[in-house]
Amino acid sequence: MKNLVVVLFLSMFSLGVQASAVSHPMDHIKTDMNDKESLQKGFALFSNYCFGCHSLKYARYERTANDIQVPINIMEENILVGDTKIGQLMTNSMLPDQAKVWFGNPPPDLTLSARLRGPDWLYNYLRGFYADSKRPYGVNNVIFKDVGMPHVLAGLQGVCADMPELGVEPVVDPLSGNIVKSSGCQEYAVEGALSPAEYDETIYDLVNFLAYVGEPSRAESEDIGRSVLIFLLFLFVFAYFLNKEYWRDIH
Amino acid sequence: MQKLISWIDARLPIVDAFENHMSKYYAPKNFNVWYVFGVLSMLVLVNQILTGIWLTMSYTPTAEGAFASIEYIMRDVEYGWLLRYLHSTGASAFFLVIYLHMFRGIMYGSYQKPRELIWIFGMTIYLALMAEGFMGYLLPWGQMSYWGAQVIVNLFGAIPYIGDGLSLWIRGDYLISGVTLNRFFALHVVALPIVILALVVLHILALHTVGSNNPDGVEIKENKDENGIPLDGIPFHPYYSVHDIVGIVVFLFVFCGVVFFFPEMGGYFLEKPNFEPANPLKTPDHIAPVWYFTPYYAMLRAVPDAFLGVVVMGAAIAILFVLPWLDRSPVKSIRYKGVISKIALLLLVVSFVVLGYLGVVVATPERTMWARILTAVYFGFFILMPWYSKMEKTKPVPKRVTG
Repeated sequence: MKNLVVVLFLSMFSLGVQASAVSHPMDHIKTDMNDKESLQKGFALFSNYCFGCHSLKYARYERTANDIQVPINIMEENILVGDTKIGQLMTNSMLPDQAKVWFGNPPPDLTLSARLRGPDWLYNYLRGFYADSKRPYGVNNVIFKDVGMPHVLAGLQGVCADMPELGVEPVVDPLSGNIVKSSGCQEYAVEGALSPAEYDETIYDLVNFLAYVGEPSRAESEDIGRSVLIFLLFLFVFAYFLNKEYWRDIH
Repeated sequence: MQKLISWIDARLPIVDAFENHMSKYYAPKNFNVWYVFGVLSMLVLVNQILTGIWLTMSYTPTAEGAFASIEYIMRDVEYGWLLRYLHSTGASAFFLVIYLHMFRGIMYGSYQKPRELIWIFGMTIYLALMAEGFMGYLLPWGQMSYWGAQVIVNLFGAIPYIGDGLSLWIRGDYLISGVTLNRFFALHVVALPIVILALVVLHILALHTVGSNNPDGVEIKENKDENGIPLDGIPFHPYYSVHDIVGIVVFLFVFCGVVFFFPEMGGYFLEKPNFEPANPLKTPDHIAPVWYFTPYYAMLRAVPDAFLGVVVMGAAIAILFVLPWLDRSPVKSIRYKGVISKIALLLLVVSFVVLGYLGVVVATPERTMWARILTAVYFGFFILMPWYSKMEKTKPVPKRVTG
């Protein structure tokens, strides 16, 4: 009986915690669709580092530019390659058959990656690379073991000497107040151009952008949603009193 | 206006129809909040049909184009995201209100004589709705669409002798393919909606013939005034139409909250693996059907033998159809039934909800044991009903409705 109560209790709270195969502790982030600067930085990073291999084939340049507030002429001058038109889908020229030979699996399209894996997963995965001489590209990943992808952002982050510790609470030295240990890479085999904090922020921007491109309607949806709920609250007042007026004759 | 109405009425009995079903349809005056789910399921049905029609305008029912066309709707079609979320959230809302509507019927004995046909039509709607939901779930052509359909169609393969042929016939191919997608699309958007609409009409016509039950289970037609109007009845319109508007607004508040803010509902209304296109070569780690099927899925998994599992699952739905003939109680409503019936109803709800949970999560030996116990509890409610409903001591039913 006690077990039954526990099961019942769990079943009530299970809505909201989807049963996904999460085994590794992770750092959590909160995406912000209204932080246009972050989305722009994320898109710039995506174009420079990811787009060569990963397409965003369900999204269009123009819609993306408009949503993240990049002027069309800047988009056309800096992002579009060759005779690509602003209205086109964001495909790239990597051939899946060749990519399979190079990486073991063709790099997946990333339009829906944030909806498939979740922003937390992406944020930790991109901070989860470390040196591993047994792997073809010299790196492995704590979130996605034996992944075929090389550490494309090594120039920014550097290469972590050992498995980075993710999802750990920062340890503060009680005497000096300095943070002695924080989530992420503890020791570097190769130094990168960015400090750990800068790298985390860069990855946040990239994941924020991927979250945007996974569901470009999110900001608009919440805007409309607020108005709809307010309208329904007003409507409720009228409906309630209309009902009360009619039912006066019954009771 | 009055002239136009008389002109039409001379040719089509619209005034009569309005009076019979609205302004002179007398409903008991003691309906409580449980009586709102009938009208809510109608509302959701209309939502599904309207949003469905507009989704069809931009959807491509082919294995090559389906997934991309959904993303096209989400991104390039004006308010396409809203249409799709209304439709996907509507599917879950439909089952939620139907389950609550069924619970109301069971609680107040609304299936008892003379309302057996209403119950049968309602159960047939539920069955058609399950087929509708299942086939609609394949259409986005995501990983979970594909593998969910694969698992469910394979269930038919467990039937001896004809099983393999039957599942092949359903799929139209050796595995779920574009052929299956196309026929499921046809059934989802044309055949089943027609069936459901026809059944809804029958459900309501049968209801309006015998009249509504109520929380007391008292027949209001047994106490009429000199004009033949039930003393405890009030015209459906305007009293219950204005009443239902309040319920509809409250429902819409919750519904729109989900649509605009949490359309994935933590992965329960839109499952995460479905954001990846169907891949026949890659089985997902954990295949779970959408939440409204999980109680039956848990029962299926609880039985070690595949064929017996399918039989148990089918029986769990089939037994609901004969409920009017299992209940031998002299009273209708749970208010006047004995303590055994009350405990039995509670156990039914607990078993159904917990089985729903067990169907979502990965099976472990302990969970399987619980699924077996609860499957037995679920069936116990029905199979033992002829005895406990007859032998238990009931309370006297008042002559007139209370409250």
